[in-house]
Amino acid sequence: MSAALLEVRELRVEFPTRRGTLAAVDGVSFSIAPGEVLGVVGESGAGKSLTGAAIIGLLEPPGRIAGGEIRLEGERIDKLPHERMRRIRGRRIGAVFQDPLTSLNPLYTIGQQLVETIVTHLELERRAARARAVALLREVGITAAEQRIDHYPHQFSGGMRQRVVIALALCAEPRLVIADEPTTALDVSIQAQIIALLKRLAREHGTAVMLITHDMGVIAETAHRVAVMYAGRLVEIGPVREVIHAPRHPYTVGLMGSIPKIRAGGGARTPLAQIEGAMPRLNAIPAGCAFNPRCPRRFARCALERPEPLAAGASRVACWLYPAHAA
Amino acid sequence: MRAALGRLWQHDLAYSFRHSPVTLVAALLTLACVGGALFAPWLAPHDPFDLASLNLLDALKPPAWMKGGSPAYLLGTDDQGRDVLSTIMYGARISLAVGAASVLFSMVIGVALGLVAGYLGGALDALIMRVADVQLSFPAILIALLIDGVARVALPRASQESIAIPVLVLAIGVSGWVQYARTVRGSAMVEKGKEYVQAARVIGRRPLAIMFAHVLPNAMGPVLVIATIHVASAIITEATLSFLGVGVPPTQPSLGTLIRIGNDFLFSGEWWITLFPGIALIVLVLSVNLLGDWLRDALNPKLR
Amino acid sequence: MPPEGAPALLRLVGLGRDFDVSRPWLNRALERAPRQLLRAVDEVTLEVRRGETFALVGESGCGKSTVARLIVGLHPPSRGRIEFEGVDLAAADAAARRARRRMQMIFQDPYASLNPRWRVRDVVAEPIRVLGLASGAEARRRVAALLRQVGLAPEDADKYPHEFSGGQRQRISIARALSGKPDFLVCDEPTSALDVSVQAQILNLMTALQRELGLTYLFISHNLAVVSHVADRVGVMYLGHLVEVADAEELFARPRHPYTRMLLDAIPDLEMSGKPRTPVAGEVPNPLAPPAGCAFHPRCPHADARCAREPPRPLPDGASLVACHAVQEGRLGAARGRSAA
Repeated sequence: MSAALLEVRELRVEFPTRRGTLAAVDGVSFSIAPGEVLGVVGESGAGKSLTGAAIIGLLEPPGRIAGGEIRLEGERIDKLPHERMRRIRGRRIGAVFQDPLTSLNPLYTIGQQLVETIVTHLELERRAARARAVALLREVGITAAEQRIDHYPHQFSGGMRQRVVIALALCAEPRLVIADEPTTALDVSIQAQIIALLKRLAREHGTAVMLITHDMGVIAETAHRVAVMYAGRLVEIGPVREVIHAPRHPYTVGLMGSIPKIRAGGGARTPLAQIEGAMPRLNAIPAGCAFNPRCPRRFARCALERPEPLAAGASRVACWLYPAHAA
Repeated sequence: MRAALGRLWQHDLAYSFRHSPVTLVAALLTLACVGGALFAPWLAPHDPFDLASLNLLDALKPPAWMKGGSPAYLLGTDDQGRDVLSTIMYGARISLAVGAASVLFSMVIGVALGLVAGYLGGALDALIMRVADVQLSFPAILIALLIDGVARVALPRASQESIAIPVLVLAIGVSGWVQYARTVRGSAMVEKGKEYVQAARVIGRRPLAIMFAHVLPNAMGPVLVIATIHVASAIITEATLSFLGVGVPPTQPSLGTLIRIGNDFLFSGEWWITLFPGIALIVLVLSVNLLGDWLRDALNPKLR
Repeated sequence: MPPEGAPALLRLVGLGRDFDVSRPWLNRALERAPRQLLRAVDEVTLEVRRGETFALVGESGCGKSTVARLIVGLHPPSRGRIEFEGVDLAAADAAARRARRRMQMIFQDPYASLNPRWRVRDVVAEPIRVLGLASGAEARRRVAALLRQVGLAPEDADKYPHEFSGGQRQRISIARALSGKPDFLVCDEPTSALDVSVQAQILNLMTALQRELGLTYLFISHNLAVVSHVADRVGVMYLGHLVEVADAEELFARPRHPYTRMLLDAIPDLEMSGKPRTPVAGEVPNPLAPPAGCAFHPRCPHADARCAREPPRPLPDGASLVACHAVQEGRLGAARGRSAA
């Protein structure tokens, strides 16, 4: 396995509140290799967006990184001063967020925003930067890039805007792109286009992508590996085929079962498998395994000790049901 | 009951209140002023309006700690022998009463008009907002003066004494409704688009019922903040009008009247007659303003 | 699933709705700009049979939510008729009012669909009170029973909405909709804002309630996979027009209209079967300036000159209705849908 581009070890993100400290991300470890797409999937409150925010250094106070380390190309980036982190952001890490409307400054043309980013990070002079911006826009599929580069964000439709945001994320040639729900706000037909674009760009540029989403379908299409998060913890991580077709952790099993799928005899209206209960709030995480109260396969140990993600096949699973833990 | 009080104490609002020393002091001061004004008949050392108890020989006495002062008149007396401290307490009563009443008046009119304009929209909204715009181009004092002036001309001399305070309340009230209307209108327009209002329409409720049962409770938050700060400005407006001589009748002096009376004596050396009512006014207005500031920040979900 | 000849509970005939999105009068007068009319819904004709779930699907801007709002009376229609059990809802008479009472609506946003200042018991009891079905203790009893029926506890009646999660709030919305004892529920994307596991709970609840109470659903959604689990029949909308109506099984096995095929193709393939997917072209055009002829023709791989000129009308094709020249002329090959086992 090639040396990991991004390595996260035992990451812990905390929120001090007046009622106590809440661990929104608790002991999460994973790595991403160059050119690889890692999907981070989980439901709301699982901590996946916070993990992305922590890596890119955009955690909103009072949230803070309270433990663990984050290494980008071997170098620690979790404890850097603001100024250094700002330079890394954009140059070595690019970001694509959910809402293209707020990711782009409505008062500047997209050309101005692209050129400014390129000039800041790549030290090209303006004309070269502009040429590069046009090339990027063409690459992300914006027709008539030469003219449209001087348009304002509101003159683009939602899907086009998201393409511009992707171009903006890529323009400084980052090694890692963190995409947080990049297709959620888009129509299904546009989603497919954006997913294909991300995949292609990752392959062609050798960029590592951390794709954060709640949509398993998008992960299935785009990612090489997937990490499943629950209540701030990593419960399963492995190759996409393994996790989706043969999930191990009972939460992943339940999650896959509850996803609606189009199948033969659609009119038969088969009931969806459901997981009882709801994800615990951060201030009420059960002892032991966070999923245990809802788990159909729990036993005594589950409520007492918290399982760590240990090897099972080509994946890692945090569950007492698996042999690696029996030892 | 204990549990409920305990919950109240723990509530976010109470927490932010307890942890802001400025707010605590402001609250205490407001309480002191209001308490002093409310209980003036029992707390005041003298009754300044009881003509029989006045002694002209005691006129123009300086405050108790100065030479020539007397402990019976802590803050000195004015030209008629009235105890300045007692007059302040009684005057504050009038100021607070007029302030609170006019704010209530403004609030009721402003909220109702704002609700109607925001929820029903259309021509009614345009009309109300144009009236508001026209009114805003005049300073509040001018409007109050206008109404007051018209009232004086329109009403018979005899009733002017008794009518003066209600007219004053009306004047200040009318000059202040616009800010409530605008805020509530904005909130109403936002809430109108929310799905719980649509749900109420689907259930079949009438527009009036929806406006008052559904939209109003959600539009009231900013209104309370405005009202608190408006009390302070209403008191100042009343003080200004009384200072100018067109506010409360001289037989029921408010803090503004006292300041005016004292003004005449300022340069002859009897500074206490104007200074202490002035300080009282400032303290009252400042503490109410600070309370309003705290309320606004505490109720703003984005700042929490 | 209700039998073929089941009577129609709801019928829409030539339904249309325009929104005036013109600039303010003063601007228009000064700039000499024309009035701008947005045709959100145009010529929609369909019927929903008693006891079935009819799903209306499409992407954003297709008009499906507007259709929902037209049916429950939140907007008046610009054209066409809405009939509930044969009663014309546009008539302002007692029969129409009575008919309206038998339909309720569930909304998409669990955070905005409950009044944050009202307790849950008041929220759920509102239809009961407004429709005069019960009062006092009886009303409270019904609220408790309803809460239990949707999977909440009777004690939850004293709480405020913000104390509940998104899924629980949708349950409260469902309880409110049911408290008026409706026959017909319009569900506007009821699970789109929910996590996938919570969605499964709510969809199962809704299916169970339909069976228990004999309800009829109009289910609006942009998610075809969800629709495949709940719908008996499906209508596909694009830019305000109904392009295909078919039985659910038929639609997923043999989609006819090119847009339906494109939609099904665009759904991410969880099975990762490696099936080649036809590249999806273009985006939904600006509804203020819709293409001439067939609204879909700029994106359609099968469009010809006629498609750019003449809007197609929904015509029967087998048991389905399809609005497509290519289909009607037999130019389109048979499609293979997603149900290929």
